[in-house]
Amino acid sequence: MQVPQDLKYQKTDEWVKIEDGIATVGISDYAQDALSDVVFVEFEVDPDDEVEAGGSLATIESVKAAAEVVFPVSGKIIEVNQALIDKPEILNEQPYGEGWLVKLQIADDASLDELLDAAAYEAFCQER
Amino acid sequence: MFTPHTKHDVEVMLKTIGVEKVEDLFSEIPSQFRYPELDLAPRLTEMEALNELENIASANATTKDFISFLGAGAYDHYTPAAVDNLLQRGEFYTAYTPYQPEISQGTLQAIFEFQSLICRLTGMDVANASHYDGATAAAEAVILAYGHFRNKRKKILVSRAVNPEYRETMRTYMQGDESIQFLGDDIETGIAPDLQKFIDQIDHNTALVMVQYPDFFGRIIDYKPLIEKAHEYGALVAVACNPTALALLTPPGDFGADIAFGEGQPLGIPLSFGGPYLGFFALKNELLRKLSGRLVGETTDVEGNLAYVLTLTAREQHIRREKASSNICSNQGLMTLAATIYLSLLGKHGFKQVANLCYQKAHYAADQIAGITGFDLVDETTPFFHEFVIKCDEPVEEVLEHLMHHEILGGYDLGQAYPELKNHLMIAVTEKISRDDIDYLAGVLSEENHG
Repeated sequence: MQVPQDLKYQKTDEWVKIEDGIATVGISDYAQDALSDVVFVEFEVDPDDEVEAGGSLATIESVKAAAEVVFPVSGKIIEVNQALIDKPEILNEQPYGEGWLVKLQIADDASLDELLDAAAYEAFCQER
Repeated sequence: MFTPHTKHDVEVMLKTIGVEKVEDLFSEIPSQFRYPELDLAPRLTEMEALNELENIASANATTKDFISFLGAGAYDHYTPAAVDNLLQRGEFYTAYTPYQPEISQGTLQAIFEFQSLICRLTGMDVANASHYDGATAAAEAVILAYGHFRNKRKKILVSRAVNPEYRETMRTYMQGDESIQFLGDDIETGIAPDLQKFIDQIDHNTALVMVQYPDFFGRIIDYKPLIEKAHEYGALVAVACNPTALALLTPPGDFGADIAFGEGQPLGIPLSFGGPYLGFFALKNELLRKLSGRLVGETTDVEGNLAYVLTLTAREQHIRREKASSNICSNQGLMTLAATIYLSLLGKHGFKQVANLCYQKAHYAADQIAGITGFDLVDETTPFFHEFVIKCDEPVEEVLEHLMHHEILGGYDLGQAYPELKNHLMIAVTEKISRDDIDYLAGVLSEENHG
């Protein structure tokens, strides 16, 4: 299981990468493996939407289950990864790369404190 | 009274829950409401009851007793006897929800065939296992479009030439959400066949544009300009269609509709005073995940045999309740089966022949009636299918009353739903109407005029 060191994580298996006030959000390697083959991604938001941490980001359907993805941070949506609509399998192949879900302008840094670092997330996954 | 419990069973149950007698279970209900005196007729034997019911039923007239020119959404077509015969086979009276493919192959295959037939008729990619009727299918189109834009687009544009009952049902379905606006079906926008005033109302806040094909007045209108404009603004387009007409007309899928739905009653389902009917609903692949209800797919089992299963129920309440957009299931299972048998029996050519007969006879009728003083064909230029509008010099009520005395159901009084169309009579003609029937109608109408 890959858990890149430079990312922050949520117990609901989203990762977030912060660069210059912009957050990129995706799902972890653990999550894609647990879901198995992803067949459909339905986004719940559009660019320019104001979103709250904990709000619904997308629904990911795999051959086994349908999972909700929630926002780890609050902010304004800049971009939604449209490539996943035609090729949802990217989520399985590159959960940390091409398989990112959305980019957003972070509203405030407060919500970041709640997130886990790589070591804490890895420990959390191993307990499951 | 039939009850599966013995006296002993009841005693044990009462004792278990600590109650003395059954009546005690209702002690919460104020005593004056507990055992109200019911004003019922004295009891009858089976023979007496049957007699009485038959007497009541014989006060009704059916389309067997009258020549019917009534349409306006439900049509009196001929149903081959084999439809009812096959429909009544006990094998089809199983629990209607075929969750278990291993014991439901027959039902699943019938639904799959129905979906395939609807797709071919409408020119769409996917159809579901049915809705209650055309009106509720219309409401589902609204829900789908509203959800598709994540409740951000608030405007539903509905043509005034969409069945008034469909429009009423849509509004009822959505009355819980006051932010949704139904527009486009006011008198001011009107029913002009060029639709310009209607098309002008499409904007970036429009989620859905709904039209009917042929429209409520039977007219066949080219919706391409409307659909182009709607798509330019990113809105979805739903087309309510008459399935019989689709045997002759370009299907809505071919001219760009996103959703095609309609009333399936003309497909071998009796008029039955309004139900049970059958709603059909089909759409383009891009909207597949938004489709409510059941969907049956064809696959192979572990041994490689052809098999049918429920598939892709993304909007179903038993999969993800909070994401469900509808409570629709496999629904009108038996009516679906009737339509499937009807279409299969008639075949492509037979069904076309039915549609063609309707078309030809309706046009003959329109010509005959338009030739009578006091009755004018309202629209002489717009093509129509099997229904047309006549303006009468006399009040329609009186015309219909007169026809009724001659065992003719003359048609639909448009003034009922359209105040601007007082004295307008809508006449539908199906393959069941003969040339003699039409000549007889024309004769009685001439007499009406002179009498």
